[in-house]
Amino acid sequence: MPLLHRIARKDHRPIGFVLDGAPCEGREGDTLLTAILAQRERLRASDFSGEPRAGFCQMGACQDCWVALENGERLRACSTALVAGMRIVTGQRRAA
Amino acid sequence: MSERPQPLIVGAGPAGIRAAQALVAAGLRPLVVDEAPACGGQIYRQRLVPDGRSSRDLYGSEAVKAEALHRDFAALAGRLDYWPQSLLWNLRDGRADIMAEGTSRQVAYDGLVLATGATDRILPIPGWTLPGVFTLGGAQIALKSQGCAIGNRIVFLGSGPLLYLVAWQHMKAGVAVAAVLDTAPFSAKFNLLRGLPLFPEIVLRGMRMTAELRLAGVALHYGVGDVRILGEERVEGIAWGAAGSERRLPCDGIGYGLALRSETQLADLAGCRFAFNARDRAFLPERDAAGRTSMPGVYLAGDGAGIAGADAAERAGELAALALLEDRGLPHDAARAQVLEAELARIGHFREVLESAFPFPPHWATAVADETMLCRCEEVRAGEVRRAVAGFGVHELNRLKAVSRVGMGRCQGRICGAAAAELLAHETGRDLAAVGRLRSQAPVKPIPLTLALDAHREAAE
Amino acid sequence: MSRQLSIDVAIIGGGLVGSSAALALRGMGFTVALLDQGYCGAQASGVNYGGVRRQGRPIEQLPLSQRAHAVWPRLQALIGIDGEFLRSGHLKLARSEVDMATLEAYARETAEQGLDLELIGHNGLRERFGWIDEGVVGGSFCGGDGHANPRLVSTGFAAAARRAGVHVLENTPVHGVTRSGEGFALEAGGGLSLASRFVLNCAGAWAGPFAESFGEPVPLTRIYPSMVVTEPTEKVMSVNIGMEGGGIYARQVERGNLVVGGERALPLANADFSRPRGEGALAIMNNAAALFPGLRHLQAIRFWSGTEGAMPDRNPVISPSLTTPGLIHAFGFTGAGFQIAPGVGEVLAELVRDGQTQTPIAAFSIGRFAATSARTDAGSGAGQNQEPNQAGEIRS
Repeated sequence: MPLLHRIARKDHRPIGFVLDGAPCEGREGDTLLTAILAQRERLRASDFSGEPRAGFCQMGACQDCWVALENGERLRACSTALVAGMRIVTGQRRAA
Repeated sequence: MSERPQPLIVGAGPAGIRAAQALVAAGLRPLVVDEAPACGGQIYRQRLVPDGRSSRDLYGSEAVKAEALHRDFAALAGRLDYWPQSLLWNLRDGRADIMAEGTSRQVAYDGLVLATGATDRILPIPGWTLPGVFTLGGAQIALKSQGCAIGNRIVFLGSGPLLYLVAWQHMKAGVAVAAVLDTAPFSAKFNLLRGLPLFPEIVLRGMRMTAELRLAGVALHYGVGDVRILGEERVEGIAWGAAGSERRLPCDGIGYGLALRSETQLADLAGCRFAFNARDRAFLPERDAAGRTSMPGVYLAGDGAGIAGADAAERAGELAALALLEDRGLPHDAARAQVLEAELARIGHFREVLESAFPFPPHWATAVADETMLCRCEEVRAGEVRRAVAGFGVHELNRLKAVSRVGMGRCQGRICGAAAAELLAHETGRDLAAVGRLRSQAPVKPIPLTLALDAHREAAE
Repeated sequence: MSRQLSIDVAIIGGGLVGSSAALALRGMGFTVALLDQGYCGAQASGVNYGGVRRQGRPIEQLPLSQRAHAVWPRLQALIGIDGEFLRSGHLKLARSEVDMATLEAYARETAEQGLDLELIGHNGLRERFGWIDEGVVGGSFCGGDGHANPRLVSTGFAAAARRAGVHVLENTPVHGVTRSGEGFALEAGGGLSLASRFVLNCAGAWAGPFAESFGEPVPLTRIYPSMVVTEPTEKVMSVNIGMEGGGIYARQVERGNLVVGGERALPLANADFSRPRGEGALAIMNNAAALFPGLRHLQAIRFWSGTEGAMPDRNPVISPSLTTPGLIHAFGFTGAGFQIAPGVGEVLAELVRDGQTQTPIAAFSIGRFAATSARTDAGSGAGQNQEPNQAGEIRS
């Protein structure tokens, strides 16, 4: 079940993106964090123990919502606007 | 005009906007650098796109102030330089390193106003890193800026005015609020009556919000302790101690915060002297009533200089700008400065009242279990910190960081630093002031290895 | 408040050299006070790059370096932690054929020293270290070298010394040392007076005035090496990396962060402290992105710098005083002290106990500056803009 529930912008223009290989839809005006957590309940795995994480402060302070594009580029999900066609990878759990 | 570089304002929240306005009014052309895509700061943050909700829906009783700030800043266009979505990541010797539009620019400035704001103050509790747990500020941003609720059944936990405000905003937006858990005892709220003569409208508004929450059937619990957040992969509930027994409540979202803490990294990199502030339980950059720091030409305004709220930030921003003008020998409105100082003093008194109504939880460092995650970046648990303190014999915060990694991760101690200081003070039997503060290090937030220096971009044309 | 303390050995400076000497001396039965003006291990010893490297050192340092080499695997037994010491190997890269020839010459010169250097050509690098930019010509690999966590090692030595019974006195600057009878009298912060038979001057970048006060001025300057650390990522770099001619050195810690150094920082208003320059940090970051293309998307999360004592000939002073019996100097490691420091501690302890050591240290005599006009230039930040080179590689 998704973590975030929309109470506004429900009918805004859909924006297609790819999340861990699967096609998804966000809405115009979404941050990456919103687009991802409106689909599912985790955003990344913690660096050392692989715990599920889903951001915390949503204002660019805690740095706990970094995700990557398939090309390797890192993005802070709470402060990056969703752009159509983004190919986002969240499941980059590091090898132990 | 002189050939001096332009003044630099960091932050486009209430303090930064009013500072910019005052400098522009005096004929200067400041550069305003802000991380957000639009002005307003966190409290008056704007949506990325319109969503059918009104300012009143978003900002409630503060809608008029929010609209005025957004409008006034927009009206300055053309008379200042404004770099949104830009990160000032380093300060040295009168120059700022700023990441903007994919490159890094080095900008010389003459006069620096730091309006860097605040984030929620956190004390770690079991389960606080689970998906579904956000800061109070985070929950508020999801609601106001993104039009999302962090759950279908939300518990708000902690202390401070924001606790009740955010709960009330969710209730008003039609989100189910399962409970408000206040870590302070109910008796502390009687202190608010002392604030009535100072700011009756604020006290009464707070009382009205509390009453409306009750009327809506939201359970309000006071003096909540021994809190545990339940769940394996995400939040499933919350448990807390009450009168010797444990109470549990299912929920799927939690907003948590214990008042606010100032963002002081840039003041530190600017070389400002710090002093311990007992009210905020933190080291803050020293400043005079107008916002002058120990460094000539560096000014502080807003919550980044000590928590005082948005109304104070607007005044402090303007006042800091007036101080900058005065120090430059430019015409400035001394009478206006006096009025602003008096208003800030009154707000300062009210802050004392609020602190007594929403006191800091006194026994956290004693009670925090060894297994509780203290530093969520480096994943250091409270027990590891206790062992590092004992094993290495450290009693100063930077030394603790060196041997335990607390505060060494991506967030540089923004989230865990306050808790680490509390725990270190407790473990060593020292005053909080005696364990020191984490020294700030550039970059104040992560920057990519490939970030290139753009030598040809200058701040002003 | 005035206090008195009488011990056998007073050590000025709680860095890795002073702390390891303190621990060794205590193990021999001496009573020891370890004094630091701040916190033990908080300066260059604790904030350096963390390279544990013999390769690339001047040949006269190698016997001492080999002695230290034997200490590193024993840290757990010695100080109770392994200090994250990892015998990963150290790979020194060559950007050009000329640099490769320099590496080959070094391997020949040191062939008898037991470093077991292995020269690797371009194809060998591609096969074994494919994560390095393919423009690199070749390299020299020292399999026995590695890296460790300086924050833990230096603090750990001081903590072990304290547990062993050393008087560890932090925030206790030494204001003056004078000869007193057969020994020394020290005046320190907090109204502390010490009487000792021996004094070890291990004060790093602050050692100059102590030497000078005994008639032994030294041309000690300060350098401020700059370091960058990235967010953690999956393990890619298997070895500690250096570069012939300098410019960059890099390692990946077990937890996954990259530590990269190369440029020089600038001192702050208080010249005891320094911070990297923005453009210097960017240069380090860009160099790392270019040399390790697969890691170019990493984020830098923190920069730091430290204050280090440097000598013009890039060799430290490790030497009994030539003017004053009982005074021994050990400072000026010029950015390359981390690996050898535990060996230096043992040597200093032997000098106290026996008046001599089996490890050759003649090249590090304080007398080598007597002929030149010595000048202490503390706080000048000299060398800050020099291209980092082989020996200036910070403590790797």
